[in-house]
Amino acid sequence: MFGLKDLYQEVIVDHNRSPRNFGELNPPGRKLEGYNPLCGDRLTLYLEQDGDQIADIKFNGSGCAISIASASLMTEGVKGKSVQEAETVFADFHELLTGADLDIDMSRMGKLAVLAGVRDYPSRVKCATLCWHTLHALLAGDDAPVSTE
Amino acid sequence: MSYAQAMPVNTGSVTDFPVETYRQDFPILEQTVRNQPLVYLDNAATAQKPRKVIEVLDGYYRSYNSNIHRGVHTLSELATEAYETAREKVRHFINASSLKEIIFVRGTTEGINLVAQSYGRSRLRAGDEIIISTMEHHSNIVPWQLICEQTGAVLKVIPINDAGELDMDEYKNLLGERTRIVAIAHISNALGTVNPVAEINALAHAAGAVVIIDGAQAAPHTRLDMAELDCDFYTFSGHKLFGPTGIGVLYGKQALLEDMPPYHGGGDMIKMVTFEKTLYNDLPYKFEAGTPYIAGVIGLGAALDYVKDVDVDRIQDYEHELLQYATRAAASVPGLRLIGTAAEKAGILSFVVDGIHPHDLGTILDHDGIAIRTGHHCAMPVMERYGIPATARASFAFYNTAGEVDRLIAGIDKAKNIFK
Repeated sequence: MFGLKDLYQEVIVDHNRSPRNFGELNPPGRKLEGYNPLCGDRLTLYLEQDGDQIADIKFNGSGCAISIASASLMTEGVKGKSVQEAETVFADFHELLTGADLDIDMSRMGKLAVLAGVRDYPSRVKCATLCWHTLHALLAGDDAPVSTE
Repeated sequence: MSYAQAMPVNTGSVTDFPVETYRQDFPILEQTVRNQPLVYLDNAATAQKPRKVIEVLDGYYRSYNSNIHRGVHTLSELATEAYETAREKVRHFINASSLKEIIFVRGTTEGINLVAQSYGRSRLRAGDEIIISTMEHHSNIVPWQLICEQTGAVLKVIPINDAGELDMDEYKNLLGERTRIVAIAHISNALGTVNPVAEINALAHAAGAVVIIDGAQAAPHTRLDMAELDCDFYTFSGHKLFGPTGIGVLYGKQALLEDMPPYHGGGDMIKMVTFEKTLYNDLPYKFEAGTPYIAGVIGLGAALDYVKDVDVDRIQDYEHELLQYATRAAASVPGLRLIGTAAEKAGILSFVVDGIHPHDLGTILDHDGIAIRTGHHCAMPVMERYGIPATARASFAFYNTAGEVDRLIAGIDKAKNIFK
């Protein structure tokens, strides 16, 4: 069982207050909107791909601390990675938040591990994964906005 | 010193309101959530059920579960009598003149859809106008948008001021010879505003329009008197009134209901069926197709008995003092902004706190066993009006206490510490 301090760790509070890679790319590259209709969280991802590599990524939007911090940490985590590497991180991250047991190699998670506490709050998992679902759709070439519902 | 000690809530007219005694009638309130005594402040979403209601539901299924209005056997007669007795309890509770005016529906949403589809579809022509307001719940917006699409009618919206009150001058301007229907909440679920229903009705009637009042938030908190308010249609849900979910009431003036076509077709709403012609049943059965939620109706009757015993006027007085207490306490929190500050308000405290998203606040409060609602409260146009994505909302029932308000305020302080 995680406590409140595990959910709202210093890193999350910090990334919420000062999100990294916040804003638009110039030129904007490809972009996609993600929306959580349940709570109104809304973000837009901007992506510049260099072949198979995520050359640059930014986001903007509004949402709760979990969704903003998660998007901030995600952009830090996937910038410079290949599409396949990013998808692997997403799969691990998803398992971390929704999997039956925690048999994930946490060392592979890097800073994203600070979001592990969200798994104790099922109603908040969508907050943490909205940015990832949006990235997944953007990498797959979708252009319809992503909804978590 | 706690806020409760500084400003005791039990003063004046409600000194003798035995809230602790009433709390014991609600088994769910005895539990802990995340190791803290539950503080349930989400009553505008759904209210808790007194033991009496739970026992009545249980008793129905244990002893006389049976279909109504057709069996000649004993259980069916018992069930029918209990069902129709509940209808009389509803009639009395809202001071309607006839049992024919009490239609059981699934809830407020179905009540509004019934009026939109049955009354609206048969009468609206292209260019006719329907008036709603900015503060409506989605359930009092979307059914009207649907009927507008189907008939070519046009939706007009009464704006609200910064306090969250209807702009009555603009309402008068919107009323015109094409106005057919006015659909307004009695009490706003997102803001707590109590709207001047009698005045809304009188103005609409003068313009030749009928009014449907969404009473979902009002029914648990204020005395309802259909005769005094001169309502055409009024609808509310059982579950916000300490009864079961899935059951509600549509009141309609008999003359209006008589002229309306059925909403759903099926059993119970007919007198005789042939392939050539079907003869519809009399009111209220014309609008009650299919086997209804019998236990729910009987449970709602028990809830009304309970509320009557506690006394609606005393509930209203107590909740008013509790709201005043909570409003003062909230105003003392730096960075907290109340959304909805109407002069006439019911027990709803909607607010935002600088630097803390409502959902984070909701999770932090839940961690202390405090249940509030966060989000747009199915009133996205209200959020747009105030330029915010969401609010936190604490909503009270007569079983809430000043001590619980103190715990809410302490929880908000805790959240502020985490995000400072």
